[in-house]
Amino acid sequence: MSQDLLELSAAQAVAAIRAGELDAAELFELYRSRAAADPLNAFTWVAEDAAAAAPAGAPLAGVPVAVKDLFCTEGVPSQSGSRILEGYRPPYTATVVAKLARAGAPLLAKTNQDEFAMGSSNENSAYGPVLNPWDRARVPGGSSGGSAAAVAAGLAPWALGTDTGGSIRQPAAFCGIVGLKPTYGACSRYGMIAFASSLDQAGPLTRDVTDAALLLRHMVGRDQNDSTSLELPEEIRLPSRGDLKGVRLGVPQELTGTAGGIDPGVLASFEASLAQAQALGASVEPCTLPHAPHALSAYYIIAPAEASANLARFDGVRYGLRVAGDSDLDTMYSCTRAHGFGAEVKRRIMLGTYALSSGYYDAYYGTAQRVRTRISQDFQSAFAEVDFIVTPTAPTTAFELGAKSHDPLAMYLNDFCTVPMSLAGIPAISIPCGLSDGLPVGLQLAGPAFSENALLDAAYALEQALAFDGRSARAGGGAPA
Amino acid sequence: MLERQQVDHVARLARLELSDSEADTMAVELSKILDHIEAIRALDLEGVEPTSHVVDLVNALRADVPQRSLTPQQALAQAPEPTEAGFGVPSPGQGAE
Repeated sequence: MSQDLLELSAAQAVAAIRAGELDAAELFELYRSRAAADPLNAFTWVAEDAAAAAPAGAPLAGVPVAVKDLFCTEGVPSQSGSRILEGYRPPYTATVVAKLARAGAPLLAKTNQDEFAMGSSNENSAYGPVLNPWDRARVPGGSSGGSAAAVAAGLAPWALGTDTGGSIRQPAAFCGIVGLKPTYGACSRYGMIAFASSLDQAGPLTRDVTDAALLLRHMVGRDQNDSTSLELPEEIRLPSRGDLKGVRLGVPQELTGTAGGIDPGVLASFEASLAQAQALGASVEPCTLPHAPHALSAYYIIAPAEASANLARFDGVRYGLRVAGDSDLDTMYSCTRAHGFGAEVKRRIMLGTYALSSGYYDAYYGTAQRVRTRISQDFQSAFAEVDFIVTPTAPTTAFELGAKSHDPLAMYLNDFCTVPMSLAGIPAISIPCGLSDGLPVGLQLAGPAFSENALLDAAYALEQALAFDGRSARAGGGAPA
Repeated sequence: MLERQQVDHVARLARLELSDSEADTMAVELSKILDHIEAIRALDLEGVEPTSHVVDLVNALRADVPQRSLTPQQALAQAPEPTEAGFGVPSPGQGAE
Protein backbone atom coordinates (compact mmCIF):
# COMPACT_ATOMS: atom_id res chain seq x y z
CA MET A 1 0.00 0.00 0.00
CA SER A 2 2.73 2.49 0.96
CA GLN A 3 4.47 1.99 -2.39
CA ASP A 4 1.19 2.87 -4.10
CA LEU A 5 0.83 5.95 -1.91
CA LEU A 6 4.36 6.93 -2.78
CA GLU A 7 3.53 6.87 -6.48
CA LEU A 8 0.84 9.53 -6.02
CA SER A 9 2.02 12.98 -7.02
CA ALA A 10 1.30 15.70 -4.48
CA ALA A 11 -1.64 16.98 -6.55
CA GLN A 12 -3.03 13.42 -6.80
CA ALA A 13 -2.65 13.01 -3.03
CA VAL A 14 -4.53 16.30 -2.48
CA ALA A 15 -7.33 15.03 -4.72
CA ALA A 16 -7.45 11.63 -2.97
CA ILE A 17 -7.66 13.22 0.48
CA ARG A 18 -10.36 15.64 -0.65
CA ALA A 19 -12.32 12.71 -2.14
CA GLY A 20 -12.11 10.90 1.19
CA GLU A 21 -10.04 8.06 -0.29
CA LEU A 22 -6.89 8.85 1.65
CA ASP A 23 -6.21 9.88 5.22
CA ALA A 24 -3.92 12.94 5.46
CA ALA A 25 -2.45 11.67 8.74
CA GLU A 26 -1.48 8.37 7.09
CA LEU A 27 0.25 10.21 4.26
CA PHE A 28 2.09 12.49 6.71
CA GLU A 29 3.31 9.49 8.71
CA LEU A 30 4.48 7.67 5.57
CA TYR A 31 6.65 10.61 4.54
CA ARG A 32 7.69 11.46 8.10
CA SER A 33 9.07 7.98 8.63
CA ARG A 34 10.82 7.97 5.24
CA ALA A 35 12.35 11.39 5.96
CA ALA A 36 13.43 10.34 9.44
CA ALA A 37 15.39 7.40 7.96
CA ASP A 38 17.08 9.91 5.58
CA PRO A 39 19.60 7.76 3.67
CA LEU A 40 20.77 10.79 1.63
CA ASN A 41 21.49 13.38 4.37
CA ALA A 42 18.79 15.45 2.73
CA PHE A 43 17.40 16.84 5.98
CA THR A 44 18.62 18.96 8.88
CA TRP A 45 15.43 18.51 10.89
CA VAL A 46 12.40 16.20 10.59
CA ALA A 47 9.06 16.62 12.40
CA GLU A 48 8.75 14.31 15.40
CA ASP A 49 5.00 14.46 15.74
CA ALA A 50 2.00 14.24 13.51
CA ALA A 51 0.90 17.55 12.05
CA ALA A 52 -2.22 19.27 13.30
CA ALA A 53 -5.13 18.45 10.98
CA ALA A 54 -5.43 20.86 8.04
CA PRO A 55 -8.39 23.26 8.27
CA ALA A 56 -11.53 21.80 6.67
CA GLY A 57 -11.58 22.50 2.95
CA ALA A 58 -7.91 23.67 2.91
CA PRO A 59 -6.82 23.53 -0.73
CA LEU A 60 -3.64 21.53 -0.05
CA ALA A 61 -5.55 19.11 2.20
CA GLY A 62 -2.69 18.30 4.59
CA VAL A 63 -0.09 17.11 2.07
CA PRO A 64 3.13 18.08 3.89
CA VAL A 65 6.01 20.10 2.48
CA ALA A 66 9.77 19.96 3.07
CA VAL A 67 11.34 23.39 3.39
CA LYS A 68 14.89 24.51 2.66
CA ASP A 69 16.78 25.21 5.87
CA LEU A 70 17.15 28.95 5.15
CA PHE A 71 13.41 29.64 5.52
CA CYS A 72 12.81 30.80 9.08
CA THR A 73 10.37 28.50 10.87
CA GLU A 74 9.27 29.47 14.35
CA GLY A 75 10.82 27.30 17.05
CA VAL A 76 12.41 24.95 14.49
CA PRO A 77 16.16 25.03 13.67
CA SER A 78 16.79 27.39 10.73
CA GLN A 79 20.53 27.43 10.11
CA SER A 80 20.98 28.15 6.39
CA GLY A 81 23.47 25.29 6.25
CA SER A 82 25.88 27.27 8.42
CA ARG A 83 27.78 26.58 11.64
CA ILE A 84 27.31 30.26 12.58
CA LEU A 85 23.56 29.63 13.02
CA GLU A 86 23.79 26.17 14.58
CA GLY A 87 20.74 25.58 16.75
CA TYR A 88 19.14 28.92 15.84
CA ARG A 89 15.37 28.74 16.37
CA PRO A 90 13.72 31.87 14.96
CA PRO A 91 10.88 33.63 16.76
CA TYR A 92 8.86 33.90 13.53
CA THR A 93 8.02 32.04 10.31
CA ALA A 94 8.79 33.03 6.70
CA THR A 95 5.77 34.34 4.80
CA VAL A 96 5.71 31.61 2.12
CA VAL A 97 5.94 28.83 4.73
CA ALA A 98 3.13 30.42 6.74
CA LYS A 99 1.01 30.79 3.60
CA LEU A 100 1.49 27.12 2.72
CA ALA A 101 0.61 26.05 6.26
CA ARG A 102 -2.61 28.10 6.05
CA ALA A 103 -3.38 26.46 2.70
CA GLY A 104 -3.05 23.04 4.33
CA ALA A 105 0.58 22.04 3.67
CA PRO A 106 2.18 21.45 7.10
CA LEU A 107 5.94 21.43 7.69
CA LEU A 108 7.43 17.95 7.23
CA ALA A 109 11.15 18.68 7.47
CA LYS A 110 13.92 21.21 6.85
CA THR A 111 16.25 20.38 3.99
CA ASN A 112 20.03 20.48 3.78
CA GLN A 113 21.59 23.13 1.54
CA ASP A 114 24.86 24.79 0.63
CA GLU A 115 25.83 27.27 3.35
CA PHE A 116 23.85 30.51 2.87
CA ALA A 117 22.78 29.08 -0.53
CA MET A 118 26.30 29.55 -1.92
CA GLY A 119 27.15 26.52 -4.01
CA SER A 120 26.10 24.25 -6.83
CA SER A 121 26.75 20.84 -5.27
CA ASN A 122 25.56 20.92 -1.65
CA GLU A 123 29.12 20.15 -0.58
CA ASN A 124 29.32 23.56 1.15
CA SER A 125 26.86 22.59 3.89
CA ALA A 126 28.21 22.65 7.45
CA TYR A 127 25.97 19.58 7.99
CA GLY A 128 27.61 17.37 5.37
CA PRO A 129 26.91 16.78 1.68
CA VAL A 130 23.59 15.49 0.31
CA LEU A 131 23.75 12.38 -1.89
CA ASN A 132 22.06 12.10 -5.28
CA PRO A 133 19.32 9.41 -5.24
CA TRP A 134 20.21 8.37 -8.81
CA ASP A 135 23.80 7.60 -7.79
CA ARG A 136 24.95 8.13 -4.25
CA ALA A 137 28.53 8.79 -5.33
CA ARG A 138 27.30 11.98 -7.01
CA VAL A 139 26.14 15.41 -5.88
CA PRO A 140 22.45 16.41 -6.02
CA GLY A 141 23.34 19.91 -7.23
CA GLY A 142 22.81 23.01 -5.17
CA SER A 143 22.14 25.04 -3.37
CA SER A 144 18.64 23.53 -2.83
CA GLY A 145 20.16 20.03 -3.04
CA GLY A 146 18.39 18.60 -0.01
CA SER A 147 14.99 19.66 -1.34
CA ALA A 148 15.73 18.19 -4.79
CA ALA A 149 17.09 14.89 -3.48
CA ALA A 150 14.19 14.53 -1.03
CA VAL A 151 11.53 14.97 -3.71
CA ALA A 152 13.33 12.75 -6.24
CA ALA A 153 13.77 9.96 -3.68
CA GLY A 154 10.18 10.17 -2.45
CA LEU A 155 11.24 11.33 1.02
CA ALA A 156 8.92 14.34 0.67
CA PRO A 157 5.90 14.91 -1.61
CA TRP A 158 7.19 18.35 -2.62
CA ALA A 159 9.59 20.96 -1.36
CA LEU A 160 10.50 24.63 -1.20
CA GLY A 161 13.80 25.95 -2.42
CA THR A 162 15.34 29.27 -3.27
CA ASP A 163 17.09 30.34 -6.46
CA THR A 164 19.64 33.15 -6.66
CA GLY A 165 21.59 32.06 -9.76
CA GLY A 166 20.15 28.60 -10.43
CA SER A 167 19.77 27.05 -6.98
CA ILE A 168 16.31 25.59 -7.69
CA ARG A 169 16.73 24.76 -11.39
CA GLN A 170 20.16 23.10 -11.33
CA PRO A 171 19.49 20.63 -8.46
CA ALA A 172 16.08 19.86 -10.02
CA ALA A 173 17.94 18.98 -13.24
CA PHE A 174 20.55 16.85 -11.43
CA CYS A 175 17.85 14.92 -9.55
CA GLY A 176 15.36 14.45 -12.39
CA ILE A 177 12.54 16.60 -11.01
CA VAL A 178 10.80 19.91 -11.79
CA GLY A 179 12.09 23.20 -10.36
CA LEU A 180 10.59 26.63 -10.95
CA LYS A 181 12.12 30.03 -10.26
CA PRO A 182 9.26 32.54 -10.44
CA THR A 183 9.46 36.16 -11.57
CA TYR A 184 11.45 38.20 -9.07
CA GLY A 185 8.99 39.56 -6.50
CA ALA A 186 6.28 36.92 -7.05
CA CYS A 187 7.02 35.33 -3.66
CA SER A 188 7.77 37.26 -0.49
CA ARG A 189 11.36 37.02 0.72
CA TYR A 190 10.31 37.77 4.31
CA GLY A 191 11.93 35.19 6.58
CA MET A 192 14.32 33.86 3.94
CA ILE A 193 17.83 34.18 5.37
CA ALA A 194 19.26 36.50 2.71
CA PHE A 195 22.06 35.76 0.25
CA ALA A 196 21.72 38.35 -2.56
CA SER A 197 18.55 40.36 -2.08
CA SER A 198 18.08 41.61 -5.66
CA LEU A 199 18.21 38.01 -6.95
CA ASP A 200 16.88 35.65 -4.22
CA GLN A 201 13.53 34.09 -5.02
CA ALA A 202 11.57 31.21 -3.48
CA GLY A 203 10.06 28.51 -5.66
CA PRO A 204 8.78 24.91 -5.76
CA LEU A 205 10.73 21.67 -6.35
CA THR A 206 8.26 18.98 -7.35
CA ARG A 207 7.77 15.66 -9.08
CA ASP A 208 5.89 17.16 -11.99
CA VAL A 209 4.73 20.44 -13.54
CA THR A 210 1.20 20.21 -12.11
CA ASP A 211 2.59 19.95 -8.57
CA ALA A 212 4.81 22.99 -9.25
CA ALA A 213 1.80 25.03 -10.36
CA LEU A 214 -0.29 23.91 -7.37
CA LEU A 215 2.39 24.73 -4.80
CA LEU A 216 3.29 28.05 -6.46
CA ARG A 217 -0.37 29.11 -6.49
CA HIS A 218 -0.32 29.16 -2.70
CA MET A 219 3.07 30.85 -2.33
CA VAL A 220 2.72 34.01 -4.41
CA GLY A 221 1.40 37.46 -3.55
CA ARG A 222 2.26 40.86 -2.18
CA ASP A 223 3.43 40.88 1.41
CA GLN A 224 3.69 44.05 3.47
CA ASN A 225 6.81 42.60 5.09
CA ASP A 226 8.70 42.57 1.75
CA SER A 227 8.49 45.85 -0.12
CA THR A 228 9.84 44.19 -3.30
CA SER A 229 7.03 41.62 -3.43
CA LEU A 230 4.34 41.97 -6.08
CA GLU A 231 0.82 40.84 -6.85
CA LEU A 232 0.81 38.66 -9.97
CA PRO A 233 -1.52 39.85 -12.73
CA GLU A 234 -3.52 36.61 -12.59
CA GLU A 235 -3.89 33.58 -10.33
CA ILE A 236 -1.57 30.63 -11.04
CA ARG A 237 -3.63 28.01 -12.92
CA LEU A 238 -3.10 24.29 -13.11
CA PRO A 239 -1.62 23.52 -16.55
CA SER A 240 -3.68 21.63 -19.09
CA ARG A 241 -2.19 22.31 -22.49
CA GLY A 242 -1.74 19.26 -24.70
CA ASP A 243 0.20 20.71 -27.60
CA LEU A 244 2.56 23.53 -28.50
CA LYS A 245 0.84 24.71 -31.66
CA GLY A 246 1.86 28.27 -32.49
CA VAL A 247 4.44 28.43 -29.69
CA ARG A 248 7.77 29.91 -30.77
CA LEU A 249 10.80 28.52 -28.90
CA GLY A 250 14.06 30.44 -29.18
CA VAL A 251 17.35 28.58 -28.85
CA PRO A 252 20.09 31.05 -27.89
CA GLN A 253 23.31 30.03 -29.61
CA GLU A 254 25.34 31.52 -26.74
CA LEU A 255 23.93 29.07 -24.16
CA THR A 256 23.52 25.93 -26.24
CA GLY A 257 26.89 25.31 -27.86
CA THR A 258 29.85 23.23 -26.77
CA ALA A 259 31.74 26.54 -26.44
CA GLY A 260 29.92 27.08 -23.15
CA GLY A 261 31.34 23.80 -21.88
CA ILE A 262 28.06 21.96 -22.42
CA ASP A 263 28.48 18.22 -22.30
CA PRO A 264 27.70 16.37 -25.58
CA GLY A 265 25.36 13.95 -23.78
CA VAL A 266 23.40 16.88 -22.35
CA LEU A 267 23.20 18.51 -25.77
CA ALA A 268 21.98 15.28 -27.38
CA SER A 269 19.16 14.97 -24.85
CA PHE A 270 18.35 18.68 -25.26
CA GLU A 271 18.14 18.38 -29.04
CA ALA A 272 15.94 15.29 -28.84
CA SER A 273 13.56 17.30 -26.63
CA LEU A 274 13.46 20.12 -29.17
CA ALA A 275 12.40 17.55 -31.78
CA GLN A 276 9.59 16.49 -29.43
CA ALA A 277 8.55 20.12 -29.05
CA GLN A 278 8.39 20.45 -32.83
CA ALA A 279 6.31 17.30 -33.03
CA LEU A 280 3.88 19.01 -30.62
CA GLY A 281 3.60 21.92 -33.02
CA ALA A 282 6.19 24.36 -31.69
CA SER A 283 8.47 26.28 -33.98
CA VAL A 284 12.10 26.09 -32.89
CA GLU A 285 14.29 28.91 -34.08
CA PRO A 286 17.72 30.24 -33.25
CA CYS A 287 17.86 33.48 -31.28
CA THR A 288 20.60 35.53 -29.74
CA LEU A 289 21.41 36.79 -26.24
CA PRO A 290 24.69 38.54 -27.03
CA HIS A 291 25.61 39.39 -23.43
CA ALA A 292 24.60 36.06 -21.87
CA PRO A 293 28.19 34.72 -21.86
CA HIS A 294 29.09 37.66 -19.60
CA ALA A 295 26.24 37.00 -17.16
CA LEU A 296 28.35 34.72 -14.99
CA SER A 297 30.99 37.42 -14.47
CA ALA A 298 28.38 40.05 -13.64
CA TYR A 299 26.65 37.61 -11.30
CA TYR A 300 29.86 36.74 -9.45
CA ILE A 301 30.33 40.43 -8.70
CA ILE A 302 26.74 41.40 -7.87
CA ALA A 303 25.78 38.37 -5.75
CA PRO A 304 28.94 38.39 -3.56
CA ALA A 305 28.68 42.18 -3.18
CA GLU A 306 25.12 41.88 -1.86
CA ALA A 307 26.11 38.87 0.25
CA SER A 308 28.99 40.73 1.88
CA ALA A 309 26.48 43.32 3.10
CA ASN A 310 23.77 40.80 4.07
CA LEU A 311 26.15 38.58 6.02
CA ALA A 312 27.51 41.49 8.07
CA ARG A 313 24.68 40.75 10.52
CA PHE A 314 26.37 37.51 11.65
CA ASP A 315 28.69 39.00 14.25
CA GLY A 316 28.05 37.10 17.47
CA VAL A 317 25.77 39.75 18.96
CA ARG A 318 22.08 38.99 18.38
CA TYR A 319 21.98 35.27 17.54
CA GLY A 320 24.10 32.30 16.67
CA LEU A 321 27.71 31.52 17.45
CA ARG A 322 30.03 33.72 19.52
CA VAL A 323 33.78 33.02 19.68
CA ALA A 324 36.43 34.90 21.70
CA GLY A 325 33.81 36.57 23.88
CA ASP A 326 36.50 37.35 26.46
CA SER A 327 38.53 39.55 24.13
CA ASP A 328 37.64 42.98 22.75
CA LEU A 329 34.65 43.59 20.51
CA ASP A 330 36.47 43.74 17.18
CA THR A 331 38.39 40.52 17.88
CA MET A 332 35.11 38.84 18.88
CA TYR A 333 33.53 39.85 15.54
CA SER A 334 36.47 38.62 13.46
CA CYS A 335 36.95 35.36 15.35
CA THR A 336 33.21 34.53 15.42
CA ARG A 337 32.99 35.00 11.66
CA ALA A 338 36.22 33.08 11.05
CA HIS A 339 34.92 30.07 13.01
CA GLY A 340 31.30 30.27 11.91
CA PHE A 341 31.66 30.63 8.13
CA GLY A 342 32.89 27.93 5.75
CA ALA A 343 35.48 28.39 2.99
CA GLU A 344 33.09 29.26 0.15
CA VAL A 345 31.17 31.82 2.22
CA LYS A 346 34.45 33.46 3.25
CA ARG A 347 35.56 33.53 -0.38
CA ARG A 348 32.37 35.28 -1.47
CA ILE A 349 32.43 37.76 1.41
CA MET A 350 36.00 38.62 0.44
CA LEU A 351 35.14 38.90 -3.25
CA GLY A 352 32.12 41.10 -2.54
CA THR A 353 33.94 43.30 -0.04
CA TYR A 354 36.77 43.77 -2.53
CA ALA A 355 34.35 44.62 -5.39
CA LEU A 356 32.66 47.25 -3.22
CA SER A 357 35.83 48.70 -1.70
CA SER A 358 37.06 52.20 -2.32
CA GLY A 359 38.78 52.56 -5.69
CA TYR A 360 37.26 49.39 -7.19
CA TYR A 361 33.52 50.04 -6.85
CA ASP A 362 32.88 51.42 -10.32
CA ALA A 363 35.33 49.11 -12.09
CA TYR A 364 33.60 46.01 -10.74
CA TYR A 365 30.18 46.66 -9.24
CA GLY A 366 29.27 49.53 -11.58
CA THR A 367 30.35 47.55 -14.63
CA ALA A 368 28.42 44.48 -13.51
CA GLN A 369 25.25 46.53 -13.05
CA ARG A 370 25.58 47.87 -16.60
CA VAL A 371 26.05 44.35 -17.94
CA ARG A 372 22.89 43.42 -16.04
CA THR A 373 21.01 46.12 -17.97
CA ARG A 374 22.35 44.74 -21.27
CA ILE A 375 21.26 41.22 -20.33
CA SER A 376 17.70 42.38 -19.56
CA GLN A 377 17.62 44.23 -22.89
CA ASP A 378 18.83 41.08 -24.70
CA PHE A 379 15.88 39.14 -23.27
CA GLN A 380 13.43 41.89 -24.18
CA SER A 381 14.67 41.83 -27.78
CA ALA A 382 14.50 38.03 -27.89
CA PHE A 383 10.95 37.94 -26.49
CA ALA A 384 9.83 40.24 -29.31
CA GLU A 385 10.57 37.31 -31.65
CA VAL A 386 9.90 34.17 -29.57
CA ASP A 387 7.58 33.16 -26.70
CA PHE A 388 10.13 31.24 -24.64
CA ILE A 389 13.88 30.75 -24.48
CA VAL A 390 14.96 27.14 -24.20
CA THR A 391 18.36 25.84 -23.04
CA PRO A 392 19.86 22.93 -21.14
CA THR A 393 19.50 23.74 -17.41
CA ALA A 394 23.09 22.85 -16.55
CA PRO A 395 26.15 22.17 -18.72
CA THR A 396 26.61 18.67 -17.26
CA THR A 397 24.72 15.95 -15.42
CA ALA A 398 25.40 15.33 -11.71
CA PHE A 399 29.13 15.07 -11.10
CA GLU A 400 30.96 12.97 -8.51
CA LEU A 401 31.30 14.20 -4.94
CA GLY A 402 34.60 16.03 -4.61
CA ALA A 403 35.09 16.43 -8.36
CA LYS A 404 34.92 20.25 -8.32
CA SER A 405 35.12 21.18 -4.66
CA HIS A 406 38.75 22.34 -4.93
CA ASP A 407 38.21 24.55 -7.96
CA PRO A 408 35.79 27.41 -7.17
CA LEU A 409 35.77 28.72 -10.73
CA ALA A 410 34.90 25.32 -12.24
CA MET A 411 32.04 25.12 -9.72
CA TYR A 412 30.76 28.57 -10.72
CA LEU A 413 30.57 27.50 -14.39
CA ASN A 414 27.66 25.18 -13.42
CA ASP A 415 25.49 28.29 -13.36
CA PHE A 416 26.30 29.26 -16.96
CA CYS A 417 22.78 28.65 -18.34
CA THR A 418 20.73 29.73 -15.29
CA VAL A 419 22.34 33.00 -14.20
CA PRO A 420 21.19 35.18 -17.14
CA MET A 421 17.50 34.67 -16.20
CA SER A 422 18.27 35.47 -12.56
CA LEU A 423 19.91 38.77 -13.47
CA ALA A 424 16.90 39.66 -15.65
CA GLY A 425 14.42 38.62 -12.91
CA ILE A 426 12.37 36.49 -15.32
CA PRO A 427 10.67 33.15 -14.58
CA ALA A 428 12.32 29.90 -15.65
CA ILE A 429 11.47 26.24 -15.12
CA SER A 430 13.61 23.12 -15.36
CA ILE A 431 11.93 19.85 -16.35
CA PRO A 432 13.62 16.46 -16.70
CA CYS A 433 14.06 15.72 -20.40
CA GLY A 434 15.95 12.45 -20.52
CA LEU A 435 18.95 10.50 -19.28
CA SER A 436 22.59 10.71 -20.27
CA ASP A 437 24.63 7.71 -19.07
CA GLY A 438 21.83 6.91 -16.64
CA LEU A 439 21.73 10.40 -15.11
CA PRO A 440 18.92 12.96 -15.52
CA VAL A 441 19.25 15.91 -17.87
CA GLY A 442 17.27 19.11 -17.32
CA LEU A 443 15.66 21.34 -19.93
CA GLN A 444 15.15 25.00 -19.04
CA LEU A 445 12.26 27.09 -20.38
CA ALA A 446 12.29 30.83 -19.63
CA GLY A 447 9.63 33.42 -20.38
CA PRO A 448 9.01 37.14 -19.88
CA ALA A 449 8.24 38.52 -16.41
CA PHE A 450 4.83 37.31 -15.13
CA SER A 451 4.45 34.64 -17.84
CA GLU A 452 4.23 31.84 -15.23
CA ASN A 453 0.91 30.45 -16.48
CA ALA A 454 2.03 30.25 -20.09
CA LEU A 455 5.39 28.84 -19.01
CA LEU A 456 3.75 26.14 -16.89
CA ASP A 457 1.39 25.25 -19.74
CA ALA A 458 4.24 24.86 -22.24
CA ALA A 459 6.32 22.87 -19.75
CA TYR A 460 3.32 20.63 -19.06
CA ALA A 461 2.71 19.87 -22.74
CA LEU A 462 6.37 18.99 -23.21
CA GLU A 463 6.43 16.94 -20.00
CA GLN A 464 3.54 14.77 -21.22
CA ALA A 465 5.34 14.10 -24.51
CA LEU A 466 8.73 13.39 -22.91
CA ALA A 467 7.19 11.04 -20.30
CA PHE A 468 10.29 11.06 -18.08
CA ASP A 469 10.22 8.17 -15.59
CA GLY A 470 11.54 9.02 -12.12
CA ARG A 471 10.38 5.84 -10.38
CA SER A 472 13.80 4.24 -10.10
CA ALA A 473 15.10 7.14 -7.96
CA ARG A 474 12.16 6.71 -5.58
CA ALA A 475 12.69 2.96 -5.38
CA GLY A 476 16.47 3.15 -5.00
CA GLY A 477 16.95 6.56 -3.41
CA GLY A 478 14.71 5.90 -0.46
CA ALA A 479 16.42 2.62 0.43
CA PRO A 480 18.58 2.55 3.56
CA ALA A 481 22.29 3.36 3.13
CA MET B 1 46.95 39.31 -9.29
CA LEU B 2 45.69 40.21 -5.85
CA GLU B 3 48.55 40.94 -3.43
CA ARG B 4 48.62 39.40 0.01
CA GLN B 5 48.55 42.92 1.46
CA GLN B 6 45.23 43.63 -0.32
CA VAL B 7 43.78 40.38 0.99
CA ASP B 8 44.69 41.37 4.54
CA HIS B 9 43.09 44.79 4.03
CA VAL B 10 39.84 43.34 2.64
CA ALA B 11 39.72 40.74 5.44
CA ARG B 12 39.93 43.57 7.97
CA LEU B 13 37.09 45.41 6.23
CA ALA B 14 34.99 42.22 6.29
CA ARG B 15 35.86 41.45 9.92
CA LEU B 16 37.21 38.02 9.00
CA GLU B 17 40.18 36.63 10.89
CA LEU B 18 42.21 34.66 8.30
CA SER B 19 45.18 32.46 9.14
CA ASP B 20 48.40 32.95 7.15
CA SER B 21 47.75 29.95 4.96
CA GLU B 22 44.06 30.88 4.45
CA ALA B 23 45.09 34.37 3.33
CA ASP B 24 47.69 32.97 0.91
CA THR B 25 45.16 30.56 -0.61
CA MET B 26 42.58 33.36 -0.79
CA ALA B 27 45.01 35.56 -2.77
CA VAL B 28 45.49 32.80 -5.38
CA GLU B 29 41.79 31.83 -5.62
CA LEU B 30 40.44 35.37 -5.74
CA SER B 31 43.01 36.29 -8.40
CA LYS B 32 41.86 33.41 -10.56
CA ILE B 33 38.19 34.42 -10.20
CA LEU B 34 38.96 38.09 -10.83
CA ASP B 35 40.94 37.18 -13.96
CA HIS B 36 37.83 35.47 -15.32
CA ILE B 37 35.57 38.36 -14.34
CA GLU B 38 37.89 41.01 -15.81
CA ALA B 39 36.58 40.23 -19.31
CA ILE B 40 33.46 42.33 -18.76
CA ARG B 41 35.57 45.43 -18.28
CA ALA B 42 36.43 45.27 -21.98
CA LEU B 43 32.74 45.58 -23.02
CA ASP B 44 31.52 48.86 -24.46
CA LEU B 45 29.04 50.03 -21.84
CA GLU B 46 29.20 53.73 -22.59
CA GLY B 47 25.87 55.36 -21.75
CA VAL B 48 24.30 52.16 -20.33
CA GLU B 49 22.33 52.77 -17.14
CA PRO B 50 23.20 50.47 -14.22
CA THR B 51 20.49 48.07 -12.99
CA SER B 52 20.46 47.68 -9.22
CA HIS B 53 17.06 46.00 -9.17
CA VAL B 54 14.80 44.47 -11.82
CA VAL B 55 11.56 45.66 -10.25
CA ASP B 56 10.76 49.29 -10.92
CA LEU B 57 10.46 50.25 -7.28
CA VAL B 58 8.83 53.25 -5.76
CA ASN B 59 8.81 53.86 -2.03
CA ALA B 60 6.52 51.24 -0.55
CA LEU B 61 5.43 52.59 2.80
CA ARG B 62 2.70 51.10 4.94
CA ALA B 63 0.40 53.24 7.03
CA ASP B 64 2.08 54.40 10.23
CA VAL B 65 -0.09 52.36 12.56
CA PRO B 66 1.33 50.62 15.64
CA GLN B 67 1.20 46.84 15.43
CA ARG B 68 2.41 43.94 17.49
CA SER B 69 6.01 42.88 17.05
CA LEU B 70 8.43 40.65 18.96
CA THR B 71 8.62 41.16 22.70
CA PRO B 72 12.06 42.04 24.14
CA GLN B 73 12.20 38.52 25.62
CA GLN B 74 11.59 36.92 22.20
CA ALA B 75 14.14 39.17 20.52
CA LEU B 76 16.78 38.37 23.15
CA ALA B 77 16.06 34.65 23.42
CA GLN B 78 18.69 33.58 20.86
CA ALA B 79 21.39 36.08 21.87
CA PRO B 80 24.75 34.73 23.09
CA GLU B 81 24.72 37.28 25.95
CA PRO B 82 21.24 38.60 26.70
CA THR B 83 21.10 41.27 29.39
CA GLU B 84 18.20 43.06 30.97
CA ALA B 85 18.91 46.14 28.87
CA GLY B 86 19.62 44.41 25.54
CA PHE B 87 22.42 42.55 23.77
CA GLY B 88 25.61 42.23 25.80
CA VAL B 89 28.92 42.67 23.94
CA PRO B 90 32.59 42.70 24.94
CA SER B 91 34.24 46.05 25.56
CA PRO B 92 35.38 47.82 22.37
CA GLY B 93 38.83 47.94 24.02
CA GLN B 94 41.93 48.51 21.95
CA GLY B 95 40.77 46.63 18.89
CA ALA B 96 38.34 49.38 17.94
CA GLU B 97 39.16 51.45 14.90
